[in-house]
Amino acid sequence: MRESLRQLIDTEINPYVDAWEEARAFPAHEVFKKLGDAGFLGIARPPEYGGMGLDWSYSLVMAEELGHIQCGGVPMAIGVHTDMCTPALDRFGSDRLKREFLAPSIAGDLVGCLGVSESVAGSDVASIRTMARRDGDDYVINGEKMWITNGGQADWMCCLVNTADGHPHRNKSLLIVPLNAPGVERSRKLDKLGMWSSDTAQIFFDDVRVPRHHLIGEEGMGFAYQMMQFQEERLWAAANTVTGLDNVIRETINYTRERQAFGRSILDNQVVHFRLAELSTEVEALRSLVYRATELMIAGEDATRLASMAKLKAGRLQREVVDSCIQYWGGQGYMWESPVARAYRDGRLLSIGGGTDEVMLGIICKYEGTLPKTR
Amino acid sequence: MRIAVCIKQVPDAEGRLQVAADGKWIDEDEIKFVINESDQYALEEALTLTEAHGGEVVVFSLGPDRVQDALRKALALGAKRAVHLADSAFHGGDAHATARALAAAIRSEEFDLVLTGAQSDDAGYGATGSMLAGLLGWPHAWLVMGLEVDEGGGSAKVTREMESGMNEFFRLQLPAVIEVQAGLNHPRYASLKGIMQAKRKPVDRPTPADLGLVADEVGMAGSRLEIVDVAFPDSGVGAQIFEGDPATAAKALIEKLRNEARVL
Repeated sequence: MRESLRQLIDTEINPYVDAWEEARAFPAHEVFKKLGDAGFLGIARPPEYGGMGLDWSYSLVMAEELGHIQCGGVPMAIGVHTDMCTPALDRFGSDRLKREFLAPSIAGDLVGCLGVSESVAGSDVASIRTMARRDGDDYVINGEKMWITNGGQADWMCCLVNTADGHPHRNKSLLIVPLNAPGVERSRKLDKLGMWSSDTAQIFFDDVRVPRHHLIGEEGMGFAYQMMQFQEERLWAAANTVTGLDNVIRETINYTRERQAFGRSILDNQVVHFRLAELSTEVEALRSLVYRATELMIAGEDATRLASMAKLKAGRLQREVVDSCIQYWGGQGYMWESPVARAYRDGRLLSIGGGTDEVMLGIICKYEGTLPKTR
Repeated sequence: MRIAVCIKQVPDAEGRLQVAADGKWIDEDEIKFVINESDQYALEEALTLTEAHGGEVVVFSLGPDRVQDALRKALALGAKRAVHLADSAFHGGDAHATARALAAAIRSEEFDLVLTGAQSDDAGYGATGSMLAGLLGWPHAWLVMGLEVDEGGGSAKVTREMESGMNEFFRLQLPAVIEVQAGLNHPRYASLKGIMQAKRKPVDRPTPADLGLVADEVGMAGSRLEIVDVAFPDSGVGAQIFEGDPATAAKALIEKLRNEARVL
């Protein structure tokens, strides 16, 4: 499986990454179709919708292999589709809804995105304002979603909306919103620090009508479903990071071995090879944490604590590793087009997206029982 | 159609090769093996043909246990069955001994077509396929860049690439042995479904006796060719270094290319 994915990445993706970075988007439908044809978009999804019905350890392998893509944007876009906007639909969606949206997404015919963040509410998910009111057999949606990965190209969104007033954890629902529906407006592509080959959009809903059966599971359960769905997202992000960091360290070893300064290779300085050994040790520790969290998830146990720790550690380690490596690359690493500079730009998102480091810390503290009591 | 595809597992071209201690082959430890490139195109062509005309693909390979990986890959890509000539008696043979073993294995079943790559990326004799055709007594085409099986499946039209950009077209009767070049098609990726199904597909491992052969007809014992020595060329021999600044050196190089090598 690794070999086949790697071949697809090296033939269909990596040769085009520089051009996609330049274009600030990649052709998602084209790339997803190739992945879908090879069966990689529904690894952990049921066979009746075209999935492979495998456990999440296979999704982990895919997340790891996608780390070989020479940028952060394309793997993130794929991860959003396979492990961030589809788990709740798979778990709680009706058969009809899954046939309409999950099956064609697994086949690579449709591109999905996830709508949680808004310009007024990111990690503070409970504070979102987008509202869906019932009107006959429809929901009518008004509001806005921000920083939407795949937002420029996606065919549908798994969208978190308020469907009632009341307690913010019990008034929300997940709706599937076709993004060609009247009243949906996509902003220009957002200009970001990194992740350039992934198109990111702000999406506005102005009296957008979606049929009632587009509701995932039960009304009012959206917050809970999304919190569950975040576990795959966070673990996926951590697994994907491990490979990217391995590659940055390996490329740094190669570069510093060749590069001479003061009569010897940069790598021959003990401060350099010792530091790289420390960083590799950290990456291995993260990998083990990801694997433990995966084991919990496969066993059907609550992986929230370890998945949050893995995501936290991945975001911080990403910054630490790439920052150290860029130092040893020197001027060459500071160049815009260097792979380590791209990793530096792309990787910064990890401590922000999918729940910030601070949100991860809050979740971990909740599990540790160390959060101060709220009045 | 029943199509036999002969594949060879060869060292990955990106690997760093070392000469083995006995000096007669490369050191196979620590190197990665892959399916020979033109054989991958032969397999893709066979899979496409059976998808269009019905039938099945059986993949054949000769070599040690590591060859299992290549066969599993071929099964993951869509071959129905594999035949692995794994017995140590088959090993170490020249093209003729290998062709003899393959011919016996192929003859023990009914095939409409044998497809294989034009030559291996390691030994590169480009001889096994033609010898196989000779032993089977079947028509043969080499360096094929296009293949169409005629309606009814009794014959096929092949396109061969000639010098100067010309193509040669001819029709041959089936069964035949056709050797293809890399670039003939676009080899597919093994799908996850294919990879999982491959685990359950059968791999036969016949011995020479099973194929009606005696052990000294095949492998090293049955070979007419012996590798005497494998070595890297001496570095520097035949190389010319142009001295001076880049402009002067480039001028001297162009002069040589124009007047001595006559390639400009």
